[in-house]
Amino acid sequence: MHQTNALPAKAITLSEAAAALTFAILSFSSLIVAAMAHTSEYAFHAYLFAAGSLAAVFAIIDRYYNRPADKPALMIDGKPNYNMGPVKFATVAAVFWGIAGFTVGLWAALELAFPVLNFDLPWLSFGRIRPLHTSAVIFAFGGNVLIGTSFYVVQRTSRARLAGDLAPWFVVLGYNFFIVIAGTGYLLGITQSKEYAEPEWYADLWLTIVWVVYFLVYLGTLMRRSEPHIYVANWFYLAFILTIAVLHLGNNAAIPVSLFSPKSYIVWSGVQDAMVQWWYGHNAVGFFLTAGFLGIMYYFIPKRADRPVYSYRLSIVHFWSLIFLYIWAGPHHLHYTALPDWAQTLGMTFSIMLWMPSWGGMINGLMTLSGAWDKLRTDPVLRMMVVSVAFYGMSTFEGPLMSVKAVNSLSHYTDWTIGHVHSGALGWVGYISFGAIYCLVPWLWNRERLYSNKLVEWHFWISTIGIVLYISAMWVSGILQGLMWRAYTSLGFLEYSFIETVEAMHPFYVIRALGGALFLAGALLMVFNLWKTVNAQEAVSPVESALVPAE
Amino acid sequence: MSLWSKHAIFEKNSIILVIGVLIVISIGGLVEIVPLFYLKSTIEKVQGMRPYSPLELAGRNIYVREGCYNCHSQMIRPLRDEVERYGHYSLAAESMYDRPFQWGSKRTGPDLARVGGKYSDEWHRDHLNRPSSVVPGTVMPAYPWLARTDLDFAHIQDDLKVQAKLGVPYSAEMIANAMNDVKIQATTDHADVTELEKRYLKAQARDYDGNPQRITEADALIAYLQMLGTQVDFKLYDNKANIR
Repeated sequence: MHQTNALPAKAITLSEAAAALTFAILSFSSLIVAAMAHTSEYAFHAYLFAAGSLAAVFAIIDRYYNRPADKPALMIDGKPNYNMGPVKFATVAAVFWGIAGFTVGLWAALELAFPVLNFDLPWLSFGRIRPLHTSAVIFAFGGNVLIGTSFYVVQRTSRARLAGDLAPWFVVLGYNFFIVIAGTGYLLGITQSKEYAEPEWYADLWLTIVWVVYFLVYLGTLMRRSEPHIYVANWFYLAFILTIAVLHLGNNAAIPVSLFSPKSYIVWSGVQDAMVQWWYGHNAVGFFLTAGFLGIMYYFIPKRADRPVYSYRLSIVHFWSLIFLYIWAGPHHLHYTALPDWAQTLGMTFSIMLWMPSWGGMINGLMTLSGAWDKLRTDPVLRMMVVSVAFYGMSTFEGPLMSVKAVNSLSHYTDWTIGHVHSGALGWVGYISFGAIYCLVPWLWNRERLYSNKLVEWHFWISTIGIVLYISAMWVSGILQGLMWRAYTSLGFLEYSFIETVEAMHPFYVIRALGGALFLAGALLMVFNLWKTVNAQEAVSPVESALVPAE
Repeated sequence: MSLWSKHAIFEKNSIILVIGVLIVISIGGLVEIVPLFYLKSTIEKVQGMRPYSPLELAGRNIYVREGCYNCHSQMIRPLRDEVERYGHYSLAAESMYDRPFQWGSKRTGPDLARVGGKYSDEWHRDHLNRPSSVVPGTVMPAYPWLARTDLDFAHIQDDLKVQAKLGVPYSAEMIANAMNDVKIQATTDHADVTELEKRYLKAQARDYDGNPQRITEADALIAYLQMLGTQVDFKLYDNKANIR
């Protein structure tokens, strides 16, 4: 924006002053904690907090000197003055963490096939690497995709600038700082060992602050909207943000041993902890990996296909029934355990019912293509997103099937579960994210088109072969494992020792690793393509695209 | 249709949408979780369950640190093959002092709920140091650093204190003697072993890692593994008595 002659006096805002002061205090107190820490690993994290907060103070001051005196305008010439900086950051971070997470996953898969790759090193052993993989792909890759796309979608569909000045940057930077703390913590042996909720108490507290700010920025932007209706994608994003907050607080309720110790003890114990954990765990799937990404589906597929959402009524039914039913499904992770039968039965019943809203969402996504099916031939990005929805349909059919107690008695504890998760994670979450990133990068960097559609085709086919290899290897190994565990000889003895069932898995673990390698190779093609998109093309002037109507 | 147009209230008011979502997502969780805290049938009445001794707790924390739950469950289901392979199915009561629970969700390796007493300490030492030396064909990583690293139990009292605050029945005496109890339990034929046994029923005290000069992480982890699933005497356990 051009500065006028009558320059208003530049003054530091209250929020800048308060934020700088808070970070300065945090930096100082982190140093005290580092000095008194019980373990060197925890001291390392305290130093990271000190350095991060100090960097934040400098960034705020630096920004103050470089910014214009006025606050950025909400509208310029009647058009919203969108704040896309944090969206760009989250998009780049998503791509970075995606590659990191897939690589660590491949390494973990290879460790199971060839255990020598653990190298007898604590920080490389499978028990520490596996949570690093799951957190990197779910929370680092998926989380940045969700934060980035949600900030993009909420601005576009509300026709309003992102609420807050420093706050959106705090959300993206603070979230990625959480990822660094969590990931380095696992490698150093700092973990709660609660699946998908491994970070310890101080990382959890930090995430809580980031998440509350995220919610406020999101809600503030919705409240600023110049559209009368809140677009359907935002319902899903909002449900995702709210529910993850509730789940995070419930499942991580813990008392630290000391302010100077990374160790804490969970408030819940035994069977109650198990129930709370899988209430959290399953709804991390339901709200992080499903509701949030359905928000992506409801914006990016109609946008890319240039068609309205298939059915407005179906989206209403789909939304409320999905979020109501999902919450009940947790106990299907605890079939035949010491969890009371009534809870298991509830979990199974609601998991089966959940099939319907899941497929309602799939139908709504797929049928949005009506009248535009021909675009699947010409637009590989749209094809990727549509296949993603098809994978969603497949894994949300497999899920209810596996939640039936009789099926679960075979599938539980085996690789079938791993295969099921990956058909959802690689197929649904991966592809819808790649599709959204392929859309976003040209839009955000004002490039006319992607560098190469051909490379998107290659990405699509290489990773599809990878996914098929992965999930079929896990189906075979999982069912084989389950059957071998329960096999009896004609004399009534267990037929196989446990180690025989482990050895039988080897070929499938090799195939699985190969599938993972192909998926990673496809993603690397994407990185190259995106890099070229931004760096090998001239920027064009931004095109104000039409809004997708709410109905 | 009029019913559909009523939905506009959620689409036009972000706060009402937020409240609507919060109500809808609360119901399932409340119905499934809250009763577990007051229904008496949730946790069986059993004899023999006691809190972990300080050494066992330290060992459990190493189990947690290394992420053993990624490959080992601690939950035997009441299915014929599991009961024959691993022993009596797990009771809710057996994990009543577990924070966090470690039931796990994957058996890349076998269930460990009743591994206590199945193998010798020496087997565990060899197995942790180099798993393939006792189980050819295994895919388990080696944990050679456990036997090399001194156990850090300088703050073990704080661990017991926090657990006591959360309702684990650690007495003032147990907390006061925590550090000493680690030393007693990691030593063969310690003079004060009866004191330890008084505080922690059936606690086994010996030099677990084969290195009497040091108390290492291997001492703690093996002590934990050797007591897993051994507290409830199933000869005395009456399943019918728990039908309430």
